[in-house]
Amino acid sequence: MALLEVSNLGIAFGGLQAVAQLDLSVEKGHLYGLIGPNGAGKTTVFNMLTGVYKPTEGNIVLDGKDITGKSPELISKAGIARTFQNIRLFSDMTVLDNVKVGMHNQVTYNMWTGILRLPAYKEKEHEMNREAKKLLEIFDLDGEANLKASQLPYGKQRKLEIARALATNPKLLLLDEPAAGMNPNETEELMQTVRSVRDQFGIAILLIEHDMNFVMGICEEITVLDYGRVIARGDGMTIRNNPKVIAAYLGGDD
Amino acid sequence: MQFLTYLINGISLGSVYALIALGYTMVYGIAKMLNFAHGDVIMIGSYVVFFAFGSFGLNPIVSVLLSMVVCTILGITIERVAYRPLRGAPSLAVLITAIGVSYLLQQVAQLLWKSDPKSFKSVVGLQPVSMFGGQLVISGETIVTIAACIVIMIALTLFINHTSTGHAMLAVSEDRGAAQLMGVNVNATISLTFAIGSALAAVAGALLCSSYPTLQPTTGAMPGIKAFVAAVFGGIGSIPGAFIGGILLGVIENLSKAYISTQLSDAIVFMVLIVVLLVKPTGLLGKKINVKV
Amino acid sequence: MSLKTMKKSTRSNLITFGIVIAFYLIVSLMSVMGMMTSSFAGQLVPICAYVVLAVSLNLTVGILGELSLGHAGFMSVGAFAGTLVYTLTFENTPLPVSILLSFLVGGAVAGIFGLLIGIPVLRLQGDYLAIVTLAFGEIIKNFMNALYLGYDSTGVHFSLKDSASMGLAPDGVVLINGAMGITGIKKASTFTMGIILILLTLVVILNLVNSRAGRAITAIRDNEIAAQSVGINITNYKLMAFIVSAVFAGMAGVLYALNFSSLVAKKFDYNTSILILVFVVLGGMGNIRGSVIAAALLTVLPELLRSMKDYRMLIYAIVLIVMMIFNQSPQIVSWRKKITAGFKAKRAAKKEKKEAA
Repeated sequence: MALLEVSNLGIAFGGLQAVAQLDLSVEKGHLYGLIGPNGAGKTTVFNMLTGVYKPTEGNIVLDGKDITGKSPELISKAGIARTFQNIRLFSDMTVLDNVKVGMHNQVTYNMWTGILRLPAYKEKEHEMNREAKKLLEIFDLDGEANLKASQLPYGKQRKLEIARALATNPKLLLLDEPAAGMNPNETEELMQTVRSVRDQFGIAILLIEHDMNFVMGICEEITVLDYGRVIARGDGMTIRNNPKVIAAYLGGDD
Repeated sequence: MQFLTYLINGISLGSVYALIALGYTMVYGIAKMLNFAHGDVIMIGSYVVFFAFGSFGLNPIVSVLLSMVVCTILGITIERVAYRPLRGAPSLAVLITAIGVSYLLQQVAQLLWKSDPKSFKSVVGLQPVSMFGGQLVISGETIVTIAACIVIMIALTLFINHTSTGHAMLAVSEDRGAAQLMGVNVNATISLTFAIGSALAAVAGALLCSSYPTLQPTTGAMPGIKAFVAAVFGGIGSIPGAFIGGILLGVIENLSKAYISTQLSDAIVFMVLIVVLLVKPTGLLGKKINVKV
Repeated sequence: MSLKTMKKSTRSNLITFGIVIAFYLIVSLMSVMGMMTSSFAGQLVPICAYVVLAVSLNLTVGILGELSLGHAGFMSVGAFAGTLVYTLTFENTPLPVSILLSFLVGGAVAGIFGLLIGIPVLRLQGDYLAIVTLAFGEIIKNFMNALYLGYDSTGVHFSLKDSASMGLAPDGVVLINGAMGITGIKKASTFTMGIILILLTLVVILNLVNSRAGRAITAIRDNEIAAQSVGINITNYKLMAFIVSAVFAGMAGVLYALNFSSLVAKKFDYNTSILILVFVVLGGMGNIRGSVIAAALLTVLPELLRSMKDYRMLIYAIVLIVMMIFNQSPQIVSWRKKITAGFKAKRAAKKEKKEAA
């Protein structure tokens, strides 16, 4: 059984069917792309997968567990982490603390341990700092650990968001336009990082991206959405040559 | 019969709340902020009427008009000086600023006119109407308050739904960015909203103090907060909601005063608010707002 | 560990404790040398109470980022609960035990109210939450104002109407007498007690803020949706902040109440909540040390500048508005950033020149 099994997923806002009859299967250790024109419903899919929106139909099964309509908190605990299209960092907290917040359910101790500074406090905080610094190193952010997140340049903020998501120790990572606003060099670098994250952590990654070179360059399977429905699926080559996709997306955009 | 008296007085008080609630609900709907100082604008307006009519003996209608002018200018000034710089700032900052403005108005009033209560001369000249052989007496103030509230409510609904300015207000309340793209002057629209709300506050103040004739710098605070409760009760952003919420709140308050406890009537009003927000957070006629992720 | 190598937050916390202890030593010294005026001496316990109130409110407003306008309500329930315990126990229990017990009960009762209010209130957002906390403060004030409580040989009696409706036997004792509140309290609060309470509050709240739970609370403030997405239970942590804040407000209430011979509900009204908020805003939202200093200074200053007394609240109002616009207005913030960036660039240029030379 695949890591993530989505079947017949759909959601309607008022009378508007934003996403319909979506099937998706994600295997451990693979890289998937979700593309489509603006307003196709890509972020809505992410929002359903992470519990921000409750689907009006269909099922989401992660690792054999039905997580349809569960709260974002429980879905995070079940093993899905995400980044946001419009970056959502804890902007007044330090870079290090952003990642430590990501470890909220990984390294735990209770309120009293913190208030009374029991021995476990020091031990767990050390563990968190160590793990967080490791993650920051992967994204080349270790030099900025004590800056406020809002002080980072845009590209690094995107990276920090990925680091924070990884800190939750996910089985599946959802990246919402990770390369948005990056220059070609940064994009190239990010591609390397995403690939190495997948290899190093052995997790599945599903990403939304408008940068076609990025998607075609690293995704093993691409799903194309248009008007909330899947119009094509396959590897980069198949998608590139699919007339439906060209009509809906590539033809109009590029 | 006694019940009917309490009920009618409740509707009258509720009409005042409804007029104040209109100011809250329009500003909340269009500028997306809780104008905490609205109740204190009422107080300033009442002082204007108190001096114009009570001290200088101007015609009551002229006095109220004068008060409307003063409050309109005050409302626009507050928006321009204190709130506009904070457009786009976190709502916590805007709310704290509004609290500051509320305090500022109260303190200025206290310095200018001292805190001792002034006895307000009613602006209503209408004789009380006696019914059922004197068993039910409705005061002129009550009649005028209820009538004024209904007239204003209808006029405002017509204005918003049938004029281009009204449509601009609706557009800004739906989506500020889109309205701006379509050529609506957002700043002017928000200023106009404050102007209308403040002018109505002046009317509400004159009517409130005519029925409850003590005036002091804190006079507007409690009715202001209760009117906000009324606006929330009816569904914030909705004009008919403000009307229904205001009337219901006035009736609840007066009946609890009569049948439960004078001291606890405010507590009961506030408990109603908490219950409403728990059961139906959008109020009776409110719309659900979705957060975009 | 030297001051320099220490973690930044730890060093900052130590400075805060240092300020409080220095204040204590200076005041004690002044008192020994007979340099203290009686009006200043009378302000000492209220100063401590307001410091605790400001620090605890800062947890809700500054750290959690939710505006609470009912802090005086928690102060009130704490004050009444604690004072009741004190008046019932101080004659037949050793004094320190009686006082400790009243603080514990005052804090616990306020905490329970924090929980009861928090569960419904924290589902709401922003402005609604503010107005409901205000409503809560008013409800508490109205109830305490109307509450009559007493006991006799048959048990405890209470009424919300008047003293007679309690139906006390002739031997009965009235504990809370409606709007008159609790009277004939034997003063027990001391400056030292106040300082101990401040230190306790600081230890708990600063340690909380710099721990896993505190980071979760701060994360909720900065971005609720992102906080949920990393698996933080929003309700639990909001509630935690709210309750801790209420507990210390309650204890501050006890400290405050036991400093006077009578306790009335009217004292803990909306204006008191706003006053505490002014301390928090002036000290800097989220800045605990700022709250300590602002609360102490703003309580002492009006006493020193008596001629300003009429203008005190007026000045506070203006300060609130100006602080908010200066710190939060998007235009002014970007304008300030530009200026500081300009300064930095100039300094960097100077440095370069020097190095080049």
